[in-house]
Amino acid sequence: MFKSEITQTPMGAERAIPPGWLTLCHACDLPSRIGDVPAGGIARCPRCGSVLYRRIRDSLDRTLALALAGLFLFIAANAFPFLALKMQGNVTHTTLSTGVQALYEQGTPLVASLVLLTTIVAPLLQIASLIFVLAPLRFGLRIPGQAGVFRLLRRVQPWSMMEVFVLGILVSLVKLLGMAQIVPGIALWSFVLLIPILAAASSSLDAEWVWRRVGLAR
Amino acid sequence: MTSNAATVGTENLVSCHDCGFVVRLARGEHHAAAHCPRCRAPVHRRKPDSLNRTWALVITAALLYVPANLFPVMKVISLGQAQSDTILSGAIYLLVHGMWPLALIVFFASVVVPLLKLIALAFLLISVQKGSRWRPVERTRLYHIVEAVGRWSMTDIYVVTILVALVSLGNLATIEAGVGAIYFAGVVVSTMLAAESFDPRLIWDRARESNG
Repeated sequence: MFKSEITQTPMGAERAIPPGWLTLCHACDLPSRIGDVPAGGIARCPRCGSVLYRRIRDSLDRTLALALAGLFLFIAANAFPFLALKMQGNVTHTTLSTGVQALYEQGTPLVASLVLLTTIVAPLLQIASLIFVLAPLRFGLRIPGQAGVFRLLRRVQPWSMMEVFVLGILVSLVKLLGMAQIVPGIALWSFVLLIPILAAASSSLDAEWVWRRVGLAR
Repeated sequence: MTSNAATVGTENLVSCHDCGFVVRLARGEHHAAAHCPRCRAPVHRRKPDSLNRTWALVITAALLYVPANLFPVMKVISLGQAQSDTILSGAIYLLVHGMWPLALIVFFASVVVPLLKLIALAFLLISVQKGSRWRPVERTRLYHIVEAVGRWSMTDIYVVTILVALVSLGNLATIEAGVGAIYFAGVVVSTMLAAESFDPRLIWDRARESNG
């Protein structure tokens, strides 16, 4: 029943990993052999329940499409006005990076760099490295540096905190309530939309499948 | 879908932290200077010096936590008058203005989460050092929770950033980041690094010994 679902795609041939490969649980180190996982199926560690492998239907196409959508949203989120503040006839326009600049100028470069890293640099690296690794694979190509960039992606991910930033916006709006009027810009909506897009991209990524193609030993 | 592969001779197997590739180390090799043949990352049986590094970062975060809460994270200068906000007074402000769900979120994200994270990590470290065999599944889950919630502590840093951006350019009021914000950013970074340097597999090393 499950076998019939593994369709053969001529281009970018997304074949499943041959069953029976060995893996160690990242949480408890128990060795397990991963059998025939159906598309959409999950293999869990029999001892501690951590997810060992998740097979996603059309993982490559899906992740690449989401990453490309993410790139456009990221550009929009940085190019257009983010929030505007209206206070007694004065209007202040800000972009995503205004806060970083202001913190830097006020003499708190450490905080400024942390905000820059978590809201702009890390998301950009996340999107760019996904495209860099997956786009050539989509056409069956391998280019130098793919393995290194794919390793970087894993390191960068925990530092991308866009959803926390949105909570920060919400709290800020409430604090300014009654004092000033806040007008959301196109960039804000792009930013908010980018969050589920990037979350979907990283959860549809089949890292083991990619490693088998970009890794040095196969 | 999975089968226990106890029959393949598993004593010297190590999986790469970066790509998950399973490497067989030479007998007796513990902190191998080996590199993963698939992604070139250094391969270790356990994260190197995990307990010491995690303790160092937990203690750093605990020390930074005090000034982070005592000093103002934000200064509002309006019509020549300056008013300072600490993390706690920011949450109380929201509560007083009837925004208690948001006040609760801010209080949890900024005050409770870092503290619970430090307590949970210290508990995990002590339990591993004492060689505890108590509930490894639950302790592993605790570790995953600690790993996942830490990022939400950044909320207050972002609030300061956004308010500084929006209000510093206005004529009537100016908002500046306070010293507390620097300490608080330090707490967030050091607790995140602490969670990253702890190796959850240490929890299972004892449990495995008891199974023989």
